[in-house]
Amino acid sequence: MADLLQFLMSGLTVGAVYALLALGFTIIFNASGVVNFAQGEFVMLGGMGTAFAIAAGLPVPLAALLAILGTAAVGVALNRLAIAPARGAPVVSLIIITIGAAIFLQGAAGLLFDKQIHRYPGFSGEAPLRLAGATLLPQSLWVMAGAALTFAALWLFFTRTLTGKAVLATANNPLAASLVGINTKAIMALSFGLSAAIGAVAGVLVTPITMTAYNTGVALALSGFAAAMLGGLGNPLGALAGGLLLGVLEALTAGYVSSQYKDAVSFILIILVLALMPQGLLGRKTTDRV
Amino acid sequence: MSALLEIDGLGIAFGGITAVDDVSFAVRAGEIVSVIGPNGAGKTTLFNMISGLYRPSQGKVRLEGAEITAMEPHLLARRGLSRTFQNLQVFGEMTLLENVMVGHHLREKAGVLSDLLGLPASRQKTRASAESALALLARVGLEKAAYRAARTMSYGALKRLEIARALALAPKILLLDEPAAGCNAVETEEIDRLIAEIARAGVAILLVEHDMKLVMKISAHLVVLDHGRKIAEGAPAEVARDPQVIAAYLGQHGQEQVLHAEG
Repeated sequence: MADLLQFLMSGLTVGAVYALLALGFTIIFNASGVVNFAQGEFVMLGGMGTAFAIAAGLPVPLAALLAILGTAAVGVALNRLAIAPARGAPVVSLIIITIGAAIFLQGAAGLLFDKQIHRYPGFSGEAPLRLAGATLLPQSLWVMAGAALTFAALWLFFTRTLTGKAVLATANNPLAASLVGINTKAIMALSFGLSAAIGAVAGVLVTPITMTAYNTGVALALSGFAAAMLGGLGNPLGALAGGLLLGVLEALTAGYVSSQYKDAVSFILIILVLALMPQGLLGRKTTDRV
Repeated sequence: MSALLEIDGLGIAFGGITAVDDVSFAVRAGEIVSVIGPNGAGKTTLFNMISGLYRPSQGKVRLEGAEITAMEPHLLARRGLSRTFQNLQVFGEMTLLENVMVGHHLREKAGVLSDLLGLPASRQKTRASAESALALLARVGLEKAAYRAARTMSYGALKRLEIARALALAPKILLLDEPAAGCNAVETEEIDRLIAEIARAGVAILLVEHDMKLVMKISAHLVVLDHGRKIAEGAPAEVARDPQVIAAYLGQHGQEQVLHAEG
């Protein structure tokens, strides 16, 4: 029982990070139809940026804020310099551009920062909490609470604000959105900035647990993409469900079978889900009016 | 009275093929002007140039004297030019009410923080926006379906929804691309009444429509296109008697229709 609780705890922590990654995928996918494989680099930049800012002597909150804003700026620049100029190109080309961007960002981070592994102390100390026989790092609580807050804030943003509605309208029909006076180019820039910021938040929160280096982005992007597909690409709630589920599955496999198989088992499950429900768990069937 | 919308020598070519060539006309405030012509005459292409979707290769478009040629659609919407589409452009996943409320986006300055916190001013604003959206839906006869998703509605209903959404922008001029296409006689009658009503409220209307009866009845002015060129222009009765127009477009059958409509 204590084992199960332990696995669930670590699964939910990792799952919260996957959920944030999947949310980033979802926002850009909705705005542009593009699957942004540079999403994992945003997480890396958030973690590396914070680590270097702290090393430079900045207080943790300021370091985190700078890393998040800086990463958001990278997201906006990615759209401005790589995606927007290729507007009108087939979506597949745009996706390949994001893979190129991911490689570029990884290389740039390797040069700009360094190629070492980095971490910084957890925000509330390192002493594990004991909970019914399981141990929990206080930083895990930060990760879960941070993810929950991010999802809640985004939900409010999309349901309550005109700007949020403009993003949804653009996702639903870009042409109609521009007709009602929405600046769809600005919405695209906003979506990339928002996704990058969300990725950076995940990086800032999880680095004390997982550590980070210039080349951690690719694996994160794959897991985040898998989580988004599992939940149903395009649905923020699907991102949350898919992320948590994938995290827990990995942790249970690692705990009860072997950590060597954790990726295999989770990907087999994803293949099964997608074979039986091609839209993902919470995705809706789409029909185009012809 | 000076023209609200001026089309001045507008033309466009696609890969060497001239789709629209040197078309000029004007629309005054509150006036209904229709663009007619056989299929492929360039009517929708002309609309797409005026509404900023295509960049013309020659000519200018002016709104209230200011040049708006090839301006982006969202800026045109802000200046008071809105349009509907022959093949609907609605937000399928949203309710009818939300579709119209998005049209209010322009008129309200978004206070993101105040909206996020759900401050009374924001809620008041949303309520006012919902009320006026409901009133617009009532005007096009869709108030009962306000909370249904647009994708569940019929083609005819969505045509009217597009008009309601365009009106939410408080336009000075409304471009309607075949508003009665695919509608039955009763629906066409309703749209006819609606268009006349909108024009009476002072909104100029530029119409592309195949339903000749509708066009002849409600238009003050007709512009006839054929093979991308303007071949005639004037009052409906006048245009209907123009031999070139009859040859190009109306034919014997069309002329009978016109006479019938006049009688």
